Amino acid sequence: MAGTLAEKVWDAHVVRRAQGEPDLLYIDLHLLHEVTSPQAFDGLRLAGRSVRRPDLTLATEDHNVPTTPGPITDPVSKTQVETLRRNCVEFGVRLFPMGDVDQGIVHVVSPQLGLTQPGMTIVCGDSHTSTHGAFGALAFGIGTSEVEHVLATQALSLTPFKTLAVNVDGELPAGVTAKDVVLAVIARVGTAGGQGYVIEFRGTAIQALSMEARMTVCNMSIEAGARAGMIAPDQTTFDYLQGRPHAPTGADWDAAVAQWSTLRSEDDAVFDAEIHLDAAGLTPFVTWGTNPGQGLPLSASVPYPESFEDESDQASARRALEYMGLTAGTPLKEIRVDTVFVGSCTNGRIEDLRAAAAVLRGHQVAEGVRMLVVPGSTRVRLQAESEGLDTVFTDAGAEWRLAGCSMCLGMNPDQLAPGERSASTSNRNFEGRQGKGGRTHLVSPVVAAATALRGTLSSPADL
Amino acid sequence: MDKFTTHTGVGVPLRRSNVDTDQIIPAEYLKSVARTGFEHGLFAAWRKDETFVLNNPSYAAGSVLVAGPDFGTGSSREHAVWALMNYGFRVVISSRFADIFRGNSGKQGLLTAQASKRDVELIWGVLENEPGAEVTVDLRSKTITAKGLSVPFELDDYTRWRLLEGLDDIGLTLTHEAEVTSFEAKRPGYMPTTTGV
Repeated sequence: MAGTLAEKVWDAHVVRRAQGEPDLLYIDLHLLHEVTSPQAFDGLRLAGRSVRRPDLTLATEDHNVPTTPGPITDPVSKTQVETLRRNCVEFGVRLFPMGDVDQGIVHVVSPQLGLTQPGMTIVCGDSHTSTHGAFGALAFGIGTSEVEHVLATQALSLTPFKTLAVNVDGELPAGVTAKDVVLAVIARVGTAGGQGYVIEFRGTAIQALSMEARMTVCNMSIEAGARAGMIAPDQTTFDYLQGRPHAPTGADWDAAVAQWSTLRSEDDAVFDAEIHLDAAGLTPFVTWGTNPGQGLPLSASVPYPESFEDESDQASARRALEYMGLTAGTPLKEIRVDTVFVGSCTNGRIEDLRAAAAVLRGHQVAEGVRMLVVPGSTRVRLQAESEGLDTVFTDAGAEWRLAGCSMCLGMNPDQLAPGERSASTSNRNFEGRQGKGGRTHLVSPVVAAATALRGTLSSPADL
Repeated sequence: MDKFTTHTGVGVPLRRSNVDTDQIIPAEYLKSVARTGFEHGLFAAWRKDETFVLNNPSYAAGSVLVAGPDFGTGSSREHAVWALMNYGFRVVISSRFADIFRGNSGKQGLLTAQASKRDVELIWGVLENEPGAEVTVDLRSKTITAKGLSVPFELDDYTRWRLLEGLDDIGLTLTHEAEVTSFEAKRPGYMPTTTGV
């Protein structure tokens, strides 16, 4: 287990190590949002404690925010957001509220500010914190009690994770995106396969990915059961960061890059487990079932439950087909959707929007399909508008929205009605995830766009 | 946090695997800013089905949940743990738990007892044979007893110690505050802060 990237970052953050106890790790950045913080701040207040490092803490509003203009109308959502605002004022934490130019989905906001940097430990009360691992940070989701713990101590007690190397080598075929790569990885590893592991994504296909594409991959590490996902920083990472508001400058920049350049697994590093995928063999990938591991190439058909070896996988598949209203043997490309959602911390960044717009440009969303395009942050929205992407979306008949978590999870007005079926660029297709009785197919942005045009699950090649 | 040494209560056989946290507590219930009242959201979607195990009066007062493998996958929402505990559960028995869920449970004192798949099946057999049967979970000896059946379970030593002693995580860490301070003094100057630029 020597010399892996994850271990290097871990070891550099050990405050205290003692026999028979978890390590105490220092946390370089603590991100907050309105859903998992209220009870944590209450706990601090009750115990008479303060936030140890408000200067290493940042909050945003994302899960509850409406993506149409106007105030929050749901009283419970409103309370939650107002609670965060009061807490941030009381405890001196910087907050980007609705209406602020820096507001957005927490895992889009931190990277775009250049606040997420290589070698950092980053936590947030949200499982998709793994996103930041794309920068070579050790970043993972925590529960509310741990949020309180980090607020109070700026540290966490943790047992080291095991390491899993996921090697993707070769060149991705045209039309195959980071989303397809990670969906294929999850199908291979399973939703529990990564449990107890931090995944390091390696190989020439990973190195060829842009930072936003790397974020898509690391974002969904949690869906493979892994606690975190990482990609070693390189010139692509440094180029992305240079000049961003919170990136170091001058002599600090040089010192930082020198240190960041050491953040890679040694050539003789030993991982606890390792898998290999051939990039050239990958194709557009979609989910058919009710967990992110129930995915297949778009060219395939809905599987027969009996085709699974494991009895509990068979039962799972049977249940999934029933919930999803699918018949085994149906080609995935014949599945009709009524809703298409482009957005989320997985695929809500400018490159995702550009990719979707390129497919939609000059065409019309199919009859009977509602399409929502939700930028991941207000800055992404403004960037997209300056490039005229918003006009491409609205001309095609899609809705262009304000930034927020939106239809990823049923907590704000953007939801599926019972029985509705979506092609969604988000990260989870659990029963009821996008709304009670809603049926979710996870796809890449270009598949989402092609699906919107044809009305059935499609890739641009089908147009 | 209260000490956990042993608990006896009605066992609930939940014959499902890969129970994700969206099923344990759907997103709409996460809007609450309190720590209580989440029992209404527990398995909310599944409870609409009258054949769901918790709708069976014999199991409704259950405090030991016995579930299939991969319990608690998905979101980091600690609300899943609160929902289970607000309802009255003190223990979840499964052959495998998702990491974040297991960690969250340990913070709250919900015991995640990891037993073998085979032993979980045996416990299910007992509970379905005699609905309302009680299960005893002893953290000291790490054993689960139900009628004539006695099987072992696993839990990491550190969490077991903390639960047995009823120790608060934050209090424990604050005893090492000086070490945190000395670590902070050595952090590189180029590392970012969140202060407005």
